Amino acid sequence: MDFTVILQAGIASGTVLLFATIGELFSERAGVLNLGVEGMMLIGAMSAFSTTIATGNPWLGVLVAMLFAGLISQIHAFIVITLQADQVVSGLSLTFLGAGISLVLGEGLSKAGTVALLPDFSIPLLTLIPIIGKIFFTNQSVLVYVGYLLVPLSWYYINRTRPGLHLRAVGEYPSAADALGINVFRMRYFYVFVGGMLAGLAGATISLAVSPGWFSELTTGGQGWIAIGLVIFAQWDPFRAAVGAYAFGALRRLILDIQGPLVLLGFANPFYYNPYLGFFLQMLPYLFTVVVLVIGSREAMRKRIGAPAALGNPYVRGERGK
Amino acid sequence: MTDSNKLPSGQTRIDSIEMRGITKRFPGVLASDHVDFDVKSGEVHALLGENGAGKSTLMKILYGMYHPDEGQILLNGKPVSIASPTDAINIGVGMIHQHFMLVPSLTVAENVALGLPSSRGPLTDLDRVSKRIVELANIYGLKIDPSAYVWQLSVGQQQRVEIIKALYRGAALLILDEPTAVLTPQEVDEFFVIMHQMVKDGYALIFISHKLHEVVEISNRVTVLRNGKKIGTRPTSETTKQDLANWMVGRDVDFAPDRGKVDIGEVRLKLENVCCGNDLGTPGLREVCLEIHSGEILGVAGVSGNGQRELADTIAGLRKTTSGRVYLEGRDVTGLAPGDLTDRMLSYIPEERMRDGMIKDFTVAENMILREHHKHQFSRSGFLKLKDISTHTDKLIAQFHVKTPSQETLAKNLSGGNIQKIVLAREISRNPRAIIAAQPTRGLDIGATEYVREQLLDQRKRGAAVMLISEDLDEILALSDRVAVIYEGRIMDILPRQNATRERLGLLMAGVHPEEKAPA
Repeated sequence: MDFTVILQAGIASGTVLLFATIGELFSERAGVLNLGVEGMMLIGAMSAFSTTIATGNPWLGVLVAMLFAGLISQIHAFIVITLQADQVVSGLSLTFLGAGISLVLGEGLSKAGTVALLPDFSIPLLTLIPIIGKIFFTNQSVLVYVGYLLVPLSWYYINRTRPGLHLRAVGEYPSAADALGINVFRMRYFYVFVGGMLAGLAGATISLAVSPGWFSELTTGGQGWIAIGLVIFAQWDPFRAAVGAYAFGALRRLILDIQGPLVLLGFANPFYYNPYLGFFLQMLPYLFTVVVLVIGSREAMRKRIGAPAALGNPYVRGERGK
Repeated sequence: MTDSNKLPSGQTRIDSIEMRGITKRFPGVLASDHVDFDVKSGEVHALLGENGAGKSTLMKILYGMYHPDEGQILLNGKPVSIASPTDAINIGVGMIHQHFMLVPSLTVAENVALGLPSSRGPLTDLDRVSKRIVELANIYGLKIDPSAYVWQLSVGQQQRVEIIKALYRGAALLILDEPTAVLTPQEVDEFFVIMHQMVKDGYALIFISHKLHEVVEISNRVTVLRNGKKIGTRPTSETTKQDLANWMVGRDVDFAPDRGKVDIGEVRLKLENVCCGNDLGTPGLREVCLEIHSGEILGVAGVSGNGQRELADTIAGLRKTTSGRVYLEGRDVTGLAPGDLTDRMLSYIPEERMRDGMIKDFTVAENMILREHHKHQFSRSGFLKLKDISTHTDKLIAQFHVKTPSQETLAKNLSGGNIQKIVLAREISRNPRAIIAAQPTRGLDIGATEYVREQLLDQRKRGAAVMLISEDLDEILALSDRVAVIYEGRIMDILPRQNATRERLGLLMAGVHPEEKAPA
């Protein structure tokens, strides 16, 4: 087993989680929890693949995926921002809706043949750095590099710009923001849309780059849920989100690859001879997600890890500041 | 000449703002009924009234948050239209809300910059903002570090940030909505010094409060509203506290209810080195020792958030102690569930009466029996005795003067004062041995406050042990036999009432032992 190869593939697969996590992070920073990430990712994966098959242009596929997923997210936005309904229930339904739509529209798509994929390339000079060059900058998809840029840009946007300041205010104390003339409702719609677009991009990253093709709901395989867990793990910070996303991407690859060889570190590979151990390994990321969600849903814990104070609460004008 | 027209912040002063014949109707309510109100440069005009008298409505109209159905607003004699807070800010009106409009997780400078255009386009220009904050702060000696996070600041400091925020936006007239409600007496004094200076410099200030002694102390003129109508405007020097109170309520008010003499009995409630955590996982109570006797009211004074909530919750069995013991009538009740404590005749009047004191979507009758519904009196083998419950409720509604359309009305549709009366009726009518009353009059108007206080005194006379947790020093001093001061989860000291001066309590509330002050 060559660990640099595993890590290299892990970075690519982590990029999927990265986009979805950063998208959810924006939405939650504005105070809106969107549990529909999985559904939006399916929409993105399906529409990216299908558009690319129809037009032969993967870039158009990415664009359509982002717009379609963004559009779907606005259903959630309308329900929780304008109608002030429960964010958990609405988000869950969005998952089912997204899965349903993509399964119907994607019917037969898995047999539609191969598509033009997004280009892979290496970055000259940077590839020469020992180990790191191999893992991060050699033969990666263009979207992986987009991911590298997205992390610092998101951090800078949230922490150093005026719109970012407004974003934080809206998620922490919407009535204060409202009193200062910031349109809380418009801001929340916007960031839910951003979250949707990035989830769509995450879907497109799967079907056009990381594991090309359409395998119905197995395409995403629950990664949307892992992304929601990662937002909590990251404590709503883009850099920590990146660490988490790449670590999980690498873990996914490792779990797949560790079951291959007959001999592991000089011993008979238990994961090869006992497939049940493999299933157990595959369960780990989801187990982690459940644990993080349980911890993250405790009020006291949320305060301690710095969750946006208004997360999950609809903003009603004229109610006392809380 | 132009210079004299400027305020120290560089803003042009507002000579006068006049509201004429302001009328505002809400469905079913006339919130403001042809009210005239005006304020001039260089004065503090106090606006007094009970809850629902129309103070907030009037000020929200001035600040552009509501639109009046009738009437007009004149700025320096010329009509203006104020359609939104932005309009209000543009003509120089600023508002300090009762609940601070500050984002705790942002810095002072970030809070001030919120919603304003930046000289660097999409990027923030916090350095420039910080410089201007320091300039403005220096004019009034408000010490503020622009890079501090708001959550690190004391309540008094947060209020200064609010003032600076308004000045930064060019306010020449400030609406101060109950600004002293959250301050210690010392902070109130400091705040009044700032107000005096601002008035001298030519600002116009509107001071909303229901603390009469403060209104008498700080204002030049006072206007009283009742039920949406203006009762009158007078120079403050021509009125007294008692006049204003009677005006507000529309009848004679008894301010210092007769405490009477009650013989103190045995120890009913005792806390021994009680510690517990708070919601953030840091210590909430530290080694608290207290004793409350039968026939005694122990006041617990302190600035909000110093462990009062944890103290009440712990005794009521809603929060686990990490160490220490709680005794009720000599028996160890540490760690007992709230239901067991109820059966041992402990009553609890919680601070968040809408959340912890009742079930909003239950009827008045159902709320009346929340504590005792499982007793024979109200249920038999799982079935409620509806007739008995109804009789019981009728009796309590009459006895406690609850104003409700019927027993079947949902609690959430009643006013705050009536909701508190239901809680009181339920908790007191069982003749408890000990009562924990947490902020029992917060948010109530004078009439309801008076009533709640009388009830607590009656309980004391009956021989109950009462713990009164309050942030209102007047209330503590009016009712308590002894006063404990809580600071950062510690009981700083317990003073007999006659030794509990406002000044001494104020120092203790700020965490200073008067004896520790430099013996200069």
